[in-house]
Order: sequence, then structure tokens, then C-alpha cells
Amino acid sequence: MQPVIEGTRRAFLTGNEVVAWAALAAGAEVMYGYPITPQNEIMHHWSRLAARYGRKFLQTEDELSAGYATLGAVLGGVKAFTATAGPGHVLMQEPLAMAEMMALPIVVVITQRGGPSTATVIYSQQEVNMACFGGNGEGFRLVYSVDGLQELFNYTLKAFGMAWRYRLPVFVLGDGYQAKMRGAVTLYDPATAGVETGEAKPLLGGPGVPGKERPPAHLRNTYNLEEELLAVLQEKAAFFDALSERVAEHEQEAAPGAKVLLVAHGIVASAARAAGRRWRQRGEAVGFFRPITLRPFPARALVRAAEGAAAVLVAESAYGQLERLVRTALYGSQVPIYPYQRPGMGITPEELEEEVGKLLAGRDLARAAEG
Amino acid sequence: MPKVWRRESKPHKFCPGCGHPLLLKALGEAVDDLGWQGRVIFGCDIGCSLLAWDFFDLDSVQTHHGRTIPVLVGLKRVRPDLVTVAYMGDGGAYAIGAHHLISAASRDEAVCTLVVNNAVYAMTGGQMAPTTLPGQKTETTPFGRDPAWTGLPLKGAEMVAAVSAPGAYVARGTVANLRQLKRYLIRALQNPHFSLVEVLSSCPTNWRTNAAETWEWIEKVMPQHYPLGELKDGGSEETET
Repeated sequence: MQPVIEGTRRAFLTGNEVVAWAALAAGAEVMYGYPITPQNEIMHHWSRLAARYGRKFLQTEDELSAGYATLGAVLGGVKAFTATAGPGHVLMQEPLAMAEMMALPIVVVITQRGGPSTATVIYSQQEVNMACFGGNGEGFRLVYSVDGLQELFNYTLKAFGMAWRYRLPVFVLGDGYQAKMRGAVTLYDPATAGVETGEAKPLLGGPGVPGKERPPAHLRNTYNLEEELLAVLQEKAAFFDALSERVAEHEQEAAPGAKVLLVAHGIVASAARAAGRRWRQRGEAVGFFRPITLRPFPARALVRAAEGAAAVLVAESAYGQLERLVRTALYGSQVPIYPYQRPGMGITPEELEEEVGKLLAGRDLARAAEG
Repeated sequence: MPKVWRRESKPHKFCPGCGHPLLLKALGEAVDDLGWQGRVIFGCDIGCSLLAWDFFDLDSVQTHHGRTIPVLVGLKRVRPDLVTVAYMGDGGAYAIGAHHLISAASRDEAVCTLVVNNAVYAMTGGQMAPTTLPGQKTETTPFGRDPAWTGLPLKGAEMVAAVSAPGAYVARGTVANLRQLKRYLIRALQNPHFSLVEVLSSCPTNWRTNAAETWEWIEKVMPQHYPLGELKDGGSEETET
């Protein structure tokens, strides 16, 4: 296939446009989608690019259909993706459970909006639980939480590669701010850049007559007996656990060794990173840790980063969805965890600077430092 | 036994007296006659239809309740070389998946949809289906279906005939007439547009009928509510080869 981007190209795009370009560059053949804000422009842009580059788009009757049709496409051996948010994401979890059970390589871009329910069309980080553990399942999926337009491009490309390499559903977790903001991005051809975007193979309808030239593919997600299911899930769990060590990603600054460790994901990480740097410029040991994969969570890396810290400040535009992941990862550690929760609201560097300041000045921290 | 039946998965798992194996026999013969073993993808729903997940020497996929149509829509759109068969019950097609059915029919998705109408949710233990007849006793209508409270039986084939694209093929057959049913199935498989064949089928387990009563119901009672025949053959000039 002729690369859609020759070499590299600087562009001034919104996040939703970036996603469409990334899916195109990754070789996605089709997008099935259903309108919901703030995801819509992914479909708008994709449907125009699809016409130009010989790809396909279908607007389905709902997110259930969009998700299942995406599964149908990957079963047929083509790269496919969908995108949704909020209440649409709730519906999307049904096909995602099937993808999880049957190890189907679909890519789902989530532009988080306010919740619960219809809430706002604007922004939040309230779809972490759902992306990581939605559906009636065990969370056998990859969830990349991106911070900024360049990462939207990089991780959407990577999502296809990981989905097809490891055969599991992959989420690119963004939000309404990143979807709608416009900025400079470097687009590039993944092959030239050495970025794996996966090789699609048919799971149904492959070469040969089934039952004559090869065994038929009989794919199911239903089992008759507890023992049968247990055996399947133990195998999946072992695979996922082994994979977790290899694929968990994080970013950190001035850690370990920080007195206060700021932890945030997604776009809130931009604010946390900036707040940490400002305090360090003033000579305070304020570190920064950002899980890039929320599932699997980079737990070991966080434990190391928090070594010696007197406080961990977890900032998120949700009511404790990241905090629970952090607490689970740090279980057994004595470091006190302070939440800063603004569900459905953006968080600025100034706010976090102030929160860190309170901790640095506070009695709790002084007491913790005394040991 | 049809050649496309998978011997390793026989005897099959359906109850004695069930209509599913009769329909699956007609479908197997239709696929044999067309010589399409290498082309047909068999998709099945939840409910008793899922017991057919390994029934054929065909590539097959079993999905969630009511979602067989969108899975096959997604597949057929990117793999037009394949012939997709959505095998589902009346609950999957006319209740939980009804919006998928209507949308696929109106968009003229080239999916061959087979709906087993046995007037009951069978796998879950005999609850009322959209197709349960007035007065029929089920576990959730223990005193008989009262149309004043739960409505009249849904006429799915008539609904699809009304909303489907011009090229659609819509028919209602019965496991009591396999020769006619096989003819409908071949036509539905060959139609390059949306197709629906609703099939009147038996469930003595949940109907709690003996052999004679079962046959009486399927041959005499059900067709009074669900007339047999071809309702629409808009694409009769076109044939998939």
C-alpha cells in the first residue's frame, strides 16, 4: 500500500482530525460509527479521507451496531476502528466484552465527556473505570491514556499494532478537550518511522474450503460448563499477566526522590507536569508520575517512583477513578495519598501548584517527613 | 445428512422434537445445492440458535443476543466475496435486536437473515416472545398472553417486507414443509440484497405438547397468525452466482 503520509509532515489539526489521520496511516480499512459529541469530527474527517483513499465508512444505527460491525470487519481480516464517548461508550462495552472474550483486535477511540448519564458533551476523565473494566469481564484489554495531540497520533498508530500483534481490544482514551483543541502535530508514515501498525489476517473466510481443505473456524463466546470457562479464563489471565510487564508504559520526572509525587493521567498530566516543574525551579523536590497505560497499570513503576515520598497527590477530572488504581498499585506502601478531584472539570497547573504548596506547608507532610 | 453438516458435532444438542435441526437440514441442503461451502459464513445468536455454533463445516461465529446482524453487516461490507447467514430466534430478531434488523433491511445490507419463530423464548425456559400467540401460556404469561396488557404477536416478516429496500427477499416458511422451505432458503441465499426467511418452528419442551399436539400447532395453529409464503422478491431478476 502506498503510504498516505510521505516521510513526515507538520500539520495544524484538531485532535479528532489527528485520530482520523492516524487510523488512515495505520491502514484501517473501515470505520463504523454512531454520532456522539465530542467524537463526531473523527467520523466527519474519516468519511472524507475514506473517499479519497479508498477506505470505508458506515454510520450505524447505534453504538452497539458500530462495535459489533467493527468486530465483523476484523473477523474478515481488515483493520477497523470505531470511536465514541459517554453514554455511547456504555453501549460500546457490550461488543467490547465479546472482543475481550474472543481476543478480537479492535481499536476504540474514546473522547471522554461528562458523566454520569448524558451530563456534559465537553470533557471529563470519568470513563476510566469503563475503559479498563467495563462489560461483564476481567479487563483483558489495553488502555492508552493520551496527553496531547502528538500522542493521539502516536498511540492511535500503536493501538492498531498492539491489537493485531497481541489479539485484544485496545482503547485510545482521550477526552473532549483533546478532541476539539487544535495544534501543531507531526504526522509521519509509521513504516518509515519503524512503528508497528499490525498485520491483519482473516479469522473467518480465510483461504480454503472449511471441512475439506482445512478445519472450519468455529468461534464462540459461550461455554457449557464452569470448568470449560475456567480453563479458558486461566489461559487468558496468564497471557494478560505476562503481557502486562511488557506493555505497561509510564512517564516520570524527578522520581524517585520526590518529597511530593504528583500523579495524573491524560491531559491532566500536562498540568501536573507543569506544576511539578515550577516547584522544582523553586528548589522543592516535587516529582511527577503519569501512567500511560491505565490497563495494564504500571504498578511496579509507580511503587518505585513513590519510594521515599512523603505524599502522593492524585489529580483527576473524576471522583477517584484514577485514585483507586493508584491505591491498588501502592497497597502496602505507607505513603499518604491525597486526592484532588474535579469530576467533569479541567485542571490547571496553577491549581495543582497550589495544592502541592498546601502539602509542602502542611502538618501532615511535616509529620510524615519526621518519620 | 447434508454434506456440509459437520459429522464430529453430531448427534446435535437440540431437544427431541425441536424444529431447529429441520431448518438446519434444509439450510445444509441449500448450501450443498449451491456448492457454497467455501463462501458461506454462518453467524448465530444467543438462545437455542447458539447450539448451532459448530453444526456445519462452515466458518462460524456466535455473538451476543440480537447482535448477529451487525456482526455480519460489518463483515460483509469489507468482504463482499462471502455469503453471510444470520441465524437467530424471534427474540433476537424481533425484540432485543429489532433495531438492527430494521436498519439492515432498510440499508439493504446483503445479509441472509433466518429467524426461527417458535413463539417462545426457549433457551431461557419458556418466557413470552414477541411472537407468542394470544392466550398462549408461557412462564411470564402463566394465564395466557393477554393482548390488552402485552400486545399482539409481532409480524416480523410483514414488518421487514414493509421497511426493506426494493431488492429485498422476504418469505415465511415452516419446518412442516421442508421442500418449500429449502426453495425459500436458496432464493434468500442467492439474493444479492437483504433477505429474511422467518421459519415457523416447534418447541415441544416449552410448549409442553406431545408429538401430535406439536404438529397440530405448527401445521394448523401458527399459520393462522403467520401466513406462509413469499412476501417480497424485489431482486428476483438478480442472482448471486
